[in-house]
Amino acid sequence: MRSKLLLLGVLLAAIGLASCGGDDDEAAVSEERKAAVAEHYADMVYATYGASIASAEKLQSAIDGFLERPTQAGLTAARNAWLSARDDYILTEPFRFYGGPIDDPKTGPEGLINAWPMDEVYIDYVRGEPRAGIINDREAYPKITTDVIVEANEKGGETNISSGWHAIEFLLWGQDQSRTGPGARPASDYTSAPNADRRAQYLRLTTQRLLSDLRSVREPWAPNGGEYRKTFLADPDRALTNILRGIGALNSHELAGERMAVALDSKEQEDEHSCFSDNTNADVVNDLKGIRMVYMGEAPGVAGGDSLDALVREADPELAAQLRKKLSATVSAAERFPATFERMIAAPPGSPEHKALADEIAAIEDQGSDLAKAANALDVKVNFEV
Amino acid sequence: MRGSAVAAGACACLLALVTVAGGCGGDGGGERADRALSGGEGTVDDTTGNAFALALKTLPSSERRAFQVGNSFFNRNWVTAPASATGRDGLGPTFNAQSCSSCHLHDGRGRPPEGPRDPERGLLLRLSAGDAPRPLRFYGSQLQDRAIAGVPAEGRIRISRRPVRGRYGDGTPFELQAPRYAVADGAFGPLPRDAQISPRVAPAVFGVGLLEAVPEAAVLEHADRGDRDGDGISGRPNRVGGERGSGGGPVLGRFGWKANAATVKQQSASAFTGDIGITSPLFDEENCPPGQRACARARTGGSPEIDARTLERVTFYTRTLAVPARRSVGSSVTDAGERTFARIGCGSCHLPELRTGDSDVKGLRDQLIRPYTDLLLHDMGPGLADGRPDGQATGSEWRTAPLWGIGLVPVVNRHTRFLHDGRARGLEEAILWHDGEGRASRERFRRLPARERRELVEFLESL
Repeated sequence: MRSKLLLLGVLLAAIGLASCGGDDDEAAVSEERKAAVAEHYADMVYATYGASIASAEKLQSAIDGFLERPTQAGLTAARNAWLSARDDYILTEPFRFYGGPIDDPKTGPEGLINAWPMDEVYIDYVRGEPRAGIINDREAYPKITTDVIVEANEKGGETNISSGWHAIEFLLWGQDQSRTGPGARPASDYTSAPNADRRAQYLRLTTQRLLSDLRSVREPWAPNGGEYRKTFLADPDRALTNILRGIGALNSHELAGERMAVALDSKEQEDEHSCFSDNTNADVVNDLKGIRMVYMGEAPGVAGGDSLDALVREADPELAAQLRKKLSATVSAAERFPATFERMIAAPPGSPEHKALADEIAAIEDQGSDLAKAANALDVKVNFEV
Repeated sequence: MRGSAVAAGACACLLALVTVAGGCGGDGGGERADRALSGGEGTVDDTTGNAFALALKTLPSSERRAFQVGNSFFNRNWVTAPASATGRDGLGPTFNAQSCSSCHLHDGRGRPPEGPRDPERGLLLRLSAGDAPRPLRFYGSQLQDRAIAGVPAEGRIRISRRPVRGRYGDGTPFELQAPRYAVADGAFGPLPRDAQISPRVAPAVFGVGLLEAVPEAAVLEHADRGDRDGDGISGRPNRVGGERGSGGGPVLGRFGWKANAATVKQQSASAFTGDIGITSPLFDEENCPPGQRACARARTGGSPEIDARTLERVTFYTRTLAVPARRSVGSSVTDAGERTFARIGCGSCHLPELRTGDSDVKGLRDQLIRPYTDLLLHDMGPGLADGRPDGQATGSEWRTAPLWGIGLVPVVNRHTRFLHDGRARGLEEAILWHDGEGRASRERFRRLPARERRELVEFLESL
């Protein structure tokens, strides 16, 4: 009797495995390999947020310097610091879309860091509305404080954005009135213009807040005792799913869809990601670089480790080779865009500018299908849509 | 699955045992999963602030781009014409909100403002006079409480509230708030004495594509005009004009608090013109009632201000917004609450199940859905009545509101204000306001023991 029960138990266990994991004799990837990929990924996340914080600190000192002596040269320096810090932040975007520290449903600050599109008149004047926005509304907002900025974000409409990268971008460049260049806010907006002091305070505080939000998402990934890192590494299967979900959703839903296809369809400059600075092409390049970085497991300053690419090479070498080629081709195509993003979306169908953007969207979508195949090859069930 | 033949054979023999042992999904997992699919196969699993904002799970990638474009227009603030953003200018001249998302934030539900300085845009007032309702002199059919520069806003909404006290059957007291609405600072003088004012909050917008795909005959099946079956409930369809250019006679009204719009497109176009001041191919005249001279003179954003293609995109977006899945299906508490819901008669109007028919969108076609509405009008008694007829709906009739997703409103919209004007401060209050055809069920609820009331509410919260 005992032996029969034991046999039954063994059988049940075997079937349990078969029906739960979708695998019986041999998993596509061993737990050890998954754990190694997850650990290396966590190191990359920590380092990439670190680089983003470092350049955001430089942005903060450039802005503080400009506000101390508001000259045109100081404004240019602050803009350059924004562009450079922006590159580093965009590289962290593959760490979104799975409810990690950046977009945890309860505590994630993503909406304060990078919400978009932004109706700029919500925070400051635009052409034809010289007294508009929180900065100029002394009655409703007697004091500009961090709480005011945070509270106002997404109040009364999803494009009522008051904080983060694009608010800072608008405060540095102003409204983009030109089809050939970025916005041209004068430095006098911070000296003699109405509410210059409130504008300066707004810029100072929202930059400060951006930095503290960035620090708050890096901390949980800390190699020594980061809380989220522990949870993440404790379940390698889940980790692998999340890693693929992050790059896949960024690639297909966010980048190819929200940020590129929507703008090409609507032809509206407002649908352009970094529309005040005309930096959208660089945003595209860096998102693609971030996706490639995660897939290849190659982040600057992080010693080599196990990567998704290595796993896929073992499971399906042909697919792996093809995907590597595509991941590089999309980056170089975006680096070679023939015109600024706003000109590409405005160009008529059939023009080289329109074609360059449409082709790149198609290539990114195609790369997304390969990423889905790669997930499949690793026995990971994951959805790239949001 | 790459299982060997031997393992697969063993699996088949011992399937029953595995099920008993719990397997992976638990026993009855399949049936339980089905009950969670409030919006059919396109139902999405999301319990975050994004729960109402997702596309049908079944929507193919090729159609997701149109969904995303529509979403962009749904969220985007319209601006005063002329503007460099030519695709998005033409706001007003008078308006209630600058974008769809102002009121339907995250595709969810609005609430009444808490005071005169609250920027919340989720409540508006419909206006009329007479039994065969006609627009109000100077003010038209809706109070637009904002306007572009150089044009006067029509007035402000003023709300006063008085308490209405009662007791549950077990003696526990409760207090409801009965609101009264008036227009303050009317730009064209005080409203006439016979003005009818109907307050409406913005309802959540997900799932409307599914409701649109329910065949008219399936809805009419539940209609019981003269209460021939004598259960005190006489669901009545609203009959409204079809879309412009659709030809034919009146059709079933499905959308709006009084079911006064037949299609999602009609409802959206009517909100564009009435709420945002954006003309469309369906409603191509600016909303400037006779006598509003500055309004009539104001610059427009072209004619129409939203073109057919963009309106189509926004409509497609709204139609393909998915319903979130139920939570806690099969827990003893929610199951008990569900049985009570049925036993005290809530399901007579809040019909648990409907089936969709044909649709041009595959994910909307032939779906078993659980909206908890019959899409019909019911007399809800004098307490809820606005006294303003709308189409064939009388001043005390309201369309049964769908209940799917209602438990996620606090997560998505951070409030628990329910009913057509958001007067109820929670689900219990919403039930206690039911009167007229809902009176018998409400009385049964009021007399339930506290535990059963709690179970019923927990069931609603799981939807």
